[in-house]
Amino acid sequence: MSDFGKYTHAIMRAMPASLSTAALRSDNVSPVDPLGVQREFDHYVSVLRDRLGLQVVMLPADEELPDCVFVEDTAVVCGSTALITRPGAPSRRSETVAMKGALTELGLNIVEMNDELATMDGGDVLFTGKEFFVGLSKRTNQRGAEILANTFKDYAVSTIPVEEGLHLKSFCSMAGPNLIAIGSSDAAQKALKVIQQMSDCKYEKLTVPDDRAANCVYMNLPGKGDVLLHCTPEVFPESTKVFERLKSHMLIPVSNQEKMKVDGALTCLSVLLRI
Amino acid sequence: MTTEAGSETDVKKEPEKVPEVEQQQEQETVPPQTEEQSSKPAESEAPPTAAAAADQPQEENQIAEPQSEPEASASPDPSSPPAASAQKKEKGISRFLPPWLKRQKSQSQEKPAESPTPHTEPIEEKSVKEEDEEEKKSGDQPDGGAAERTEEVEVKEEAQSRPQEEEQEKEEEEKEKEEEKSVGSADTQPAREEREGEPEVKESEEKKEEKKEQEQVIQPEESAALLPHKLSKKMKMVVCHVTLLDGSQFSCEVEKRAKGQYLFFEVCEHLNLVEKDYFALSFKDNAEQRCWLDPTKEIKRQIRNSQWQFAFSVKFYPPDPSQLTEDLTRYLLCLQLRQDIASGRLPCSFVTHALLGSYALQAELGDQDPDEHRLDYISDFQFAPNQTKELEEKVMELHKSHRGMTPAQADAQFLENAKKLSMYGVDLHHAKDSEGVDIMLGVCANGLLIYKDRLRINRFAWPKILKISYKRSNFYIKIRPGEAEQFESTVGFKLPNHRAAKRVWKVCVEHHTFFRLTSPEQPTKSKFLTLGSKFRYSGRTQAQARQASTLIDRPTPYFQRTSSKRISRSLDGAPMVNISDYSRAVDSAAGGDNGPALELNSDSKAPQVELEEKPSVDVATSVTSESASKTDKGGAGAPQTKDLDKTQEDVLKHQASISELKRSFMEAAPEPRPSQWDKRLTGSPATTLRLQAPGAPQISSSLPEADRRDASKSTEVKPEVNGQPEVVEVVEETVVIEEVVKAKPKSPTPEPESAAQDRSLSSDSESEDEAEYHAHTPSISVQLIKEEPEEELNQQAPPSEPEPITETEPAVPAPSAQTEEDEAPNGHSPIPEAPPTETEEEEPHIVNGGVSRVETEVICCSEPPVVKTEMVTISDTFAAQKTEISTKEVPIVHTETKTITYEAAQLDGNGDGEPGVLMTAQTITSESLCTTTTTHITKTLKGGLSETRIEKRIVITGDSDIDHDQALAQAIKEAKEQHPDMSVTRVVVHKETELAEEDD
Repeated sequence: MSDFGKYTHAIMRAMPASLSTAALRSDNVSPVDPLGVQREFDHYVSVLRDRLGLQVVMLPADEELPDCVFVEDTAVVCGSTALITRPGAPSRRSETVAMKGALTELGLNIVEMNDELATMDGGDVLFTGKEFFVGLSKRTNQRGAEILANTFKDYAVSTIPVEEGLHLKSFCSMAGPNLIAIGSSDAAQKALKVIQQMSDCKYEKLTVPDDRAANCVYMNLPGKGDVLLHCTPEVFPESTKVFERLKSHMLIPVSNQEKMKVDGALTCLSVLLRI
Repeated sequence: MTTEAGSETDVKKEPEKVPEVEQQQEQETVPPQTEEQSSKPAESEAPPTAAAAADQPQEENQIAEPQSEPEASASPDPSSPPAASAQKKEKGISRFLPPWLKRQKSQSQEKPAESPTPHTEPIEEKSVKEEDEEEKKSGDQPDGGAAERTEEVEVKEEAQSRPQEEEQEKEEEEKEKEEEKSVGSADTQPAREEREGEPEVKESEEKKEEKKEQEQVIQPEESAALLPHKLSKKMKMVVCHVTLLDGSQFSCEVEKRAKGQYLFFEVCEHLNLVEKDYFALSFKDNAEQRCWLDPTKEIKRQIRNSQWQFAFSVKFYPPDPSQLTEDLTRYLLCLQLRQDIASGRLPCSFVTHALLGSYALQAELGDQDPDEHRLDYISDFQFAPNQTKELEEKVMELHKSHRGMTPAQADAQFLENAKKLSMYGVDLHHAKDSEGVDIMLGVCANGLLIYKDRLRINRFAWPKILKISYKRSNFYIKIRPGEAEQFESTVGFKLPNHRAAKRVWKVCVEHHTFFRLTSPEQPTKSKFLTLGSKFRYSGRTQAQARQASTLIDRPTPYFQRTSSKRISRSLDGAPMVNISDYSRAVDSAAGGDNGPALELNSDSKAPQVELEEKPSVDVATSVTSESASKTDKGGAGAPQTKDLDKTQEDVLKHQASISELKRSFMEAAPEPRPSQWDKRLTGSPATTLRLQAPGAPQISSSLPEADRRDASKSTEVKPEVNGQPEVVEVVEETVVIEEVVKAKPKSPTPEPESAAQDRSLSSDSESEDEAEYHAHTPSISVQLIKEEPEEELNQQAPPSEPEPITETEPAVPAPSAQTEEDEAPNGHSPIPEAPPTETEEEEPHIVNGGVSRVETEVICCSEPPVVKTEMVTISDTFAAQKTEISTKEVPIVHTETKTITYEAAQLDGNGDGEPGVLMTAQTITSESLCTTTTTHITKTLKGGLSETRIEKRIVITGDSDIDHDQALAQAIKEAKEQHPDMSVTRVVVHKETELAEEDD
């Protein structure tokens, strides 16, 4: 799967003002700084569009959908097929409408998860280039995973129990074609074990001290090679050091401090695809 | 060891059959006899042995010579005439004279009637390696054995004398026989050769041979008379219909008792397929379930009442098809995959359907021709289970883009894409987990996959699996403990029925062996008791197949790909010329390539005499219940084959290359090849046919005896030969894969050949004692696999296995002569101080001079020895994660356990306190029908004394129909016999009975 990470387009969605106040969140510790969030978001967009040269499709914000900026949860794209998910949080179900429209427009084969028993957040889907791992979490259930397996029949789809954290990708992600970035928590390590056991492939792992820092965005872009968007040293100094060991990667620290307060990770902000 | 005059009647106590030998002597009065005697110097009684030896010289002069030298002095006289006067060892002989005479008469008279007596069979099958035992047995059944042998002898004679033409009549039957024979001969030959060199020759074998000879001399006419009858009986032919991968039918006549491999080879020949290890024949059983045809067993017994209708298909999907050498092989794999895809067995996405379809089109039709190919030109093809117009359009679109691609390239591309599919090569079986949830078990190259719907919920790589078993309709895998875990866990699955459980078990065994081992594991010889499955994969492993593939050196075979031409194809079959060449070459090659490991000498190299002898030996040793079949075999013998070859030689063109090819195959895989090749030698089907004999299994059984000396070689061959067709119907639980850590350092040999050699070495050192052990040891060593780095450490560490080590309790105190058990061996002195350690036979590394001390522990129970009343069930990852190990009761089976320990008085205290130094530890597992024997041998060095402790765990499994007590008694007896010098210090009987049983 040499095509892994070779993206040409990114679908994003503008941030509604309601995010800072109404977005779902798993902890209520600190308030979200609306300006800060917007600044981070803008930076992210500019990195993708200006620095990396991706076509960024920006969907309009919807104030009724405070979480709509996290487009990753609404669709899983692999090859030329897109599975429109059925987000686990009822309040987010309508987010898929705009996503479906955008993907249709881009010419992808659309598969919708219509089963009312199925739920899935894209954040629970880890595609390694060779196979899928689907976290079974508060937001994603077995039925959702089955539908994903039926949609992408070429690939093995293994289920991974997610006991802590919101999504599977809350503590892991792909940092390279065969490289899994993984957090250090027990839950993360346990999940990694399962991943390794379930797979015929031998993945390398990149263990970072902070679970949330393990969510990074890997791309393989023409002229730039391996590209990795990862956490910033200000937020996760130790984890950043780990990323900095990846000498062959083009490393781009992207701040995500504010969105993290509403469980937003780096991968959440975009759906990457290749057309 | 004085054999009494009444030797005939004497049972097991007397090692040798004096009477027969003497007879021979009288008749033949051959000088070399003495030599043979020498072979068994101190141990066996001189007189009897000498007598036995006498006959051998005729056939096996070579052997006799080396042996004779040492004891030449003693031997000379006795050999000569029957008269006692000359004999130096007269004592015994003189006594025996009268009985012999009687015997001869009786034998001659009896022969016709007795011919089919199966007496000898048991002995051979058991393949007891201890000389004593064998001798005893042989002695026990003098009459029956003699009679049988006679038959065989007769056959041989005929074969020699008969012109080829006559043989043709027998055709298929003989063909089979030939195959078997050849196999047997190949196997035995090496053994013999080695023996020759070795001073210690086994008398029993010699005796048998001698007997044969005698009989030949005496009753040539009889034999001739017998043959025709048998032939007529065997002539029954059956037409097999085989559906080939392109959908065409191949029909072929086979003898009714033909084994699976005969048909398989016929098909491969028809297809001109060389890389055949990935393929197999299957049939539908009464329940419409697909079953693989076991090549080593009779077809008829496998299909039962079903039709003689088979399908040729891929059994082991090569993970990397690009490593296949021939395009033909890839083409066949493509055809299989196309079937799999069209039928939905191999699911794939729309895009992949289209892509694969387009490659298939390119391979079959070539470049898309806009003129010829109308839009509907592809509607004849099926690319997907539910083919849509949209898909067809996509296929055509992609087809266009493949312009210029050759069929072979298109196939290669097809495979490159197909192999990535997650379900590629996964053999699915319906099952339920411990909670009754429907799941699927997927057996594949890397291990066992567990699916729930389409989702993979667990995966057990081969290295993680310690044991695979089934019991009734349950299928169990024992999992190696993880880093953090201390105990092995067992996962159970419920299959729809017993047959399904066995089927998945078998498939697992086969896949494990094929993909994970470097060479197949040797099936265990059952010494006693028959129950349970001895099944093992006997074909070549992937490693061996690859090795062989790299050596293929024949012109690219021509074949047609077009499916539309199916019909014509089926008719023409593979070009005859090709086939004949092929076979021819093979034949010639066979002669040259006697690798050390393989020992295929049977053909060209060996002098004619030898050839004949060998087959005869086999036959003689292995007495089969079916008398008729035997005779044929004997007749069909190797010599004929040779003749055929010669005649054909002229025709053959690519001999050199072919031979090379054959050699490579032979070398790589000792297994079934030899037989096949031999068969092929004959070239024309008609000639070949007659050679096949149903008796193959018997031959195999005979092997062990012959092998004792050079266990290694014999062992290698065994798997192929081992049909054990009789046994087949397995009832209960069977243990298969033991990836347990094996102590042997030599183990992981990358090359098959080297591995083979390795085995031989190890086996040699250990040889003699038990057939079972021999068979297993090598396999074990081989088992260590390099694939998985993680585990290598464990596996390679010599005495890594936890159990054994712990159990090694260095017992300093002198072993008590008394064993509490009734059966304690009196004859053997348990004396610790006996300088030579008897254990030697089993153990390669022996410390001499030390005090050897052996404790035999026999555990008899109906469940695995390490009994866990509770098993951990981890049927999906959730369970694994949530509760580190949630212990649940084993599904369905409730058991009652009882443990009784008997210990020899002195030994009890064993703990001297001083641990001593562990020198070696070794675990050997062998299995018979209803017993699993795990032998753990540890050597400890304590204060300058070496102590050997052998611990045997014998698991006797079976329903109430088994007499467990008897089985236990038998097991203990066996143990004693195997280690006469050791004392039994402790017997632990652990009985586990199922209270509530489930039916299938």
